[in-house]
Amino acid sequence: MTLQGMKIDLKAVGPLAALIVLMVLGTAINDAFLSFGNLTNILTRSAFIGIIAVGATFVISSGGIDLSVGSMAAFIAGAMIIVMNLLLGVTDQLLVIVVCGVAFGAVLGLVAGWLNGILITRGGIEAFIVTLGTMGVYRSLVTYLADGGTLSLNFDVRSVYRPVYYDNLLGLPYPVLILALTAIVGYVVLNNTAYGRHVQSVGASEDVARYSAINTDRVKVIAFMIQGVCVALATIVYVPRLGSASSTTGLLWELEAIAAVIIGGTLLKGGYGRIGGTIAGALILTLIGNILNLTDAISNYLNGAVQGVIIIAAVLLQRGMGRQQG
Amino acid sequence: MASDPIAQDAPLLAARRITKSYGAVEVLHDVDFDVRPGEVHALLGENGAGKSTLVKILSGFVQPTTGSVLLGGQPVSFAQMREAEDAGIVLIHQDFNLAELRSVEENIFLGREITKGPFTDRTAMQARARELLDRLNCAVAVTARVRDLPVADKQMIEIAKATSRNASVLILDEPTAVLTKQETDTLFALLGRLKAAGVGIVYISHKLAEVELIADRITVLRDGEVIATVPAHSISQDDMARMMVGRELTDFYPHIAAPAEDAEVLLQVSELASGPEVLEASFALRRGEVLGFAGLQGAGRTALMEAIVGLRPVSRGRVELRGRPVSLRSLTEAKAAKLAYLTKDRKGKGLLLGSDLVRNFSLLALDKFATPFIDKRRERAAFHRAAKRFDLRAAGPAMKASSLSGGNQQKLLLAKVLEIEPEIIIIDEPTRGIDVGAKAQIYGFIANLIAQGCAVIVLSSELLELIGLSHRVAVMHAGRLTAILEGAAINEEEIMRHASGLTAAGASAA
Repeated sequence: MTLQGMKIDLKAVGPLAALIVLMVLGTAINDAFLSFGNLTNILTRSAFIGIIAVGATFVISSGGIDLSVGSMAAFIAGAMIIVMNLLLGVTDQLLVIVVCGVAFGAVLGLVAGWLNGILITRGGIEAFIVTLGTMGVYRSLVTYLADGGTLSLNFDVRSVYRPVYYDNLLGLPYPVLILALTAIVGYVVLNNTAYGRHVQSVGASEDVARYSAINTDRVKVIAFMIQGVCVALATIVYVPRLGSASSTTGLLWELEAIAAVIIGGTLLKGGYGRIGGTIAGALILTLIGNILNLTDAISNYLNGAVQGVIIIAAVLLQRGMGRQQG
Repeated sequence: MASDPIAQDAPLLAARRITKSYGAVEVLHDVDFDVRPGEVHALLGENGAGKSTLVKILSGFVQPTTGSVLLGGQPVSFAQMREAEDAGIVLIHQDFNLAELRSVEENIFLGREITKGPFTDRTAMQARARELLDRLNCAVAVTARVRDLPVADKQMIEIAKATSRNASVLILDEPTAVLTKQETDTLFALLGRLKAAGVGIVYISHKLAEVELIADRITVLRDGEVIATVPAHSISQDDMARMMVGRELTDFYPHIAAPAEDAEVLLQVSELASGPEVLEASFALRRGEVLGFAGLQGAGRTALMEAIVGLRPVSRGRVELRGRPVSLRSLTEAKAAKLAYLTKDRKGKGLLLGSDLVRNFSLLALDKFATPFIDKRRERAAFHRAAKRFDLRAAGPAMKASSLSGGNQQKLLLAKVLEIEPEIIIIDEPTRGIDVGAKAQIYGFIANLIAQGCAVIVLSSELLELIGLSHRVAVMHAGRLTAILEGAAINEEEIMRHASGLTAAGASAA
């Protein structure tokens, strides 16, 4: 038992070790790396992908996949902006408008996730196909709403909303706090509640889950709803950053979120999820870009290539350890 | 069927002084084993005795740590299974090795397709596949998709595949575990023909009656060592069991007192139908009763039970629990009604093989430990209690379920299901593929449940097990419950007569 326990720990520590290696590398390359400013910058930039990836950890653990999250974020952002701009004609209470916009975004995320889940379970269609479809739908909808251009939030509303992205509590930017909170809640739900066990059991074997009195459809729909809420949360933090949404908002976020989850040690085929690893994965992805920015050794244009290599290397390493264990 | 092998015959395939260690664990110690042309050599042993490892070494799947494998007297070392197969040694695994989404014919010729020029010759392969299956009296269509077939047919396809290889040595690991009596008879007839053709057969089974019937020689393994290799006619089934277990087996089936005349009816099923599998079934189950269910593969026993517990829709009929009509739509509702169901598909539906023992144990009864956060200490304590109660032999709670032996997996499944403290327990194939020692323990657990005032339904394709355990035996044929046998009527002949539809009660004669 002790031997096995140690090996499992090793697996959990893997993404963290990679993170530390990257940080040492960053420090070696540029002294400015370890500055408080740069570190909070990295954390803040990781927040969107990190928050979405917490939700993706649930979906992927359950054996599903959600390709629609990037488009969904763009659509929610566009819809929130339109609603808030429209509310200006109803009330001049800017704070009320922002609160309404945020609530609307949250509900929209919940509904969008539910829709993905229902199509997958009731419709009996693979998650890959359903979310490929909704990905196209949301992307196209936001382009349509923006009439091919950009949707901009009213300046006055944005000035009230702005602190959600730019302000901080005791030096910690709000996006970082929200990421931390999401991660903690996600961790507790996945590891310490019956639902968390059920999600991973459904991912490991739907038959076994069904024969263990688990309502597998419900578990899956809820996983997609958690994903939807996480997307909404990320969007709520994102909107005040630029105050706009366009057809390129959230582009490729789905791939970054999935990459973060996989680097973190969650199995793509389901059955096993790690929130801590996911957060480490999101940070690793941001770090790569950040380090490339700080050095001239490798062109910044190769950011995607380095990320790609890291993803494949991470999975290769995990496979190696899995074999040792097996 | 047993006949004396010609003792002087040189062995076709022999293992000499084989030792196999995995790390510090020695699973085989100095084992000698051989098979001669035209004989059935049975390999017996409890789970974990080393049978599977030995046949894997014989078929080139695993390399021995020390010792050698001789083929026709020459030492051989197969780098791959394929080489062993080319040399005429074919192993049929206990767990099937079939491409589920492909057709029967494609599976039989997988990796050895008949070709005409650069293309596969479908017609030739289909004709040959038909021929091979006909020899097994297996009517399955060669174009059928394997996934859609019942397990018995899958087993037949594996055997057809093996015979298509023109094997000189055929190794069968528990081939009859999923077969009915008739299918088993067909298989034995085929093995007889192969024997006559000079094929050497290594036969692993837990069914001692079969071994007695078919084997020429018997080798018993215990804890990785050969206890004895003897001519089959020289020992009885009791001897075999004793040699395997290394201790006396007192009365194999526990005495289970009959339920009182006025015992409460816990479960009453009336004219139940479900889909095409279950056409009509009515029966009652009393507190303190073991009700056996017999039937051929596809008779609808499993489907009936799954309809009762809410795993598949009921199309007609009534179910009453403790006198109250219910319609359970999910296993969750069954659980709340203290009704438990153990699937026969331990690996596919019963246990999460990649997860640890504790998680497997608590999965069904998880809400007991989650309020709403899982109390892991209480969960672990409950696991240890259950592990003790069911004599679960495992290295530790962090071990994966896949590393347990069949018997221990079954005990884990039992522990998992009984953790919800059910009153009615339905067990589908309680002892399939598990060793004699674990079998006796499982029977003991069933007796204990009855003593505690539960009622148990046992579905089994082993008639002796049904006869040994049940107070009454219900028999199903082609989706209908055709008879409920009591007292002296509970015997093999009577059960088979009803199961095969040869009675007036059966709607159509088979």
